[in-house]
Amino acid sequence: MDNLDRQIINELQRNFPICDHPFAVVADHLDTSEEELISRIQLLLDEKYLTRFGPLFNADQMGGSVSLCAMAVPEYEFNDIAEKVNACPQVAHNYQRDHQLNMWFVLATETQDELEETIRNIEEETGLSVRNMPKLQEFFVGLYFEV
Amino acid sequence: MNRQAVLMNEDYTILDREIILATQAGLPLVSEPYQQIADQLNVDPELIKKRLKKMREDGRIRRIGAVPNHYKLGYTANGMSVWDVPDDLIKTFGQAVGKMSFVSHCYERPRFLPEWPYNLFAMIHGHSHEEVLEKADKIAALLGENCRARDILFSTRILKKTGIRIGVQT
Repeated sequence: MDNLDRQIINELQRNFPICDHPFAVVADHLDTSEEELISRIQLLLDEKYLTRFGPLFNADQMGGSVSLCAMAVPEYEFNDIAEKVNACPQVAHNYQRDHQLNMWFVLATETQDELEETIRNIEEETGLSVRNMPKLQEFFVGLYFEV
Repeated sequence: MNRQAVLMNEDYTILDREIILATQAGLPLVSEPYQQIADQLNVDPELIKKRLKKMREDGRIRRIGAVPNHYKLGYTANGMSVWDVPDDLIKTFGQAVGKMSFVSHCYERPRFLPEWPYNLFAMIHGHSHEEVLEKADKIAALLGENCRARDILFSTRILKKTGIRIGVQT
């Protein structure tokens, strides 16, 4: 990763323009060519320096439901339970964490009913109770990683 | 769905959904990305740009841009710090903590008493475990005696990370 890559990563964390030739506009800021910028973004994605590039949607502004859920999973069956939970397409992320509540996953559904149904299904499938922790207020989302 | 019906749909809910489905995996890496989406959806590119701007204005799109892989950029430690603060102060403290430069997400969430007394969640990113703990101490200092209980949960394993997608097959 060279200096131009770093500038690209920083610049693309700001708002990307909505116009006919947006890459040309950004390339101009960075003193490079449109072609070079596009191929560098592709490389940064391929090499996983960027996880995605595009519009970042706010799921709960779109009428959908998103919630953070936690479970206390016994160590001996942790992997089996993880497999069952991950098999649900509504599970967007799932992390193991060092706490008695050791499995934390985000559910994203198109409706509140679907969210509740998914939680019931997971509880039935796993025999464990799910702590549903939807956000009550959002204070901040977004982080700028300077590189 | 025929094009006429999509475009006659008064508030563009159908078209907006199609735009979301077409772009949620990413924007095309071509000179004219919005033109390409327009071609794919068989609508005027001006309309695509207009709807994207509208969604950005009303908050359905937080921003258009890149999501860096923080692990790959050296931010390998992430801790979910959780705090119990009085309900009548949650807004003041939530906003203050959310403004701290190392916090990526900050929310109020429900408690589950007695096992889970925490109502304020702040995700902290850093280059090391120690750095994350030092940053958590900065939050503790800000909350002062209004912090009645605290904990920090480090992730030990990513079990799944596909991101939020709509229109998934169930």
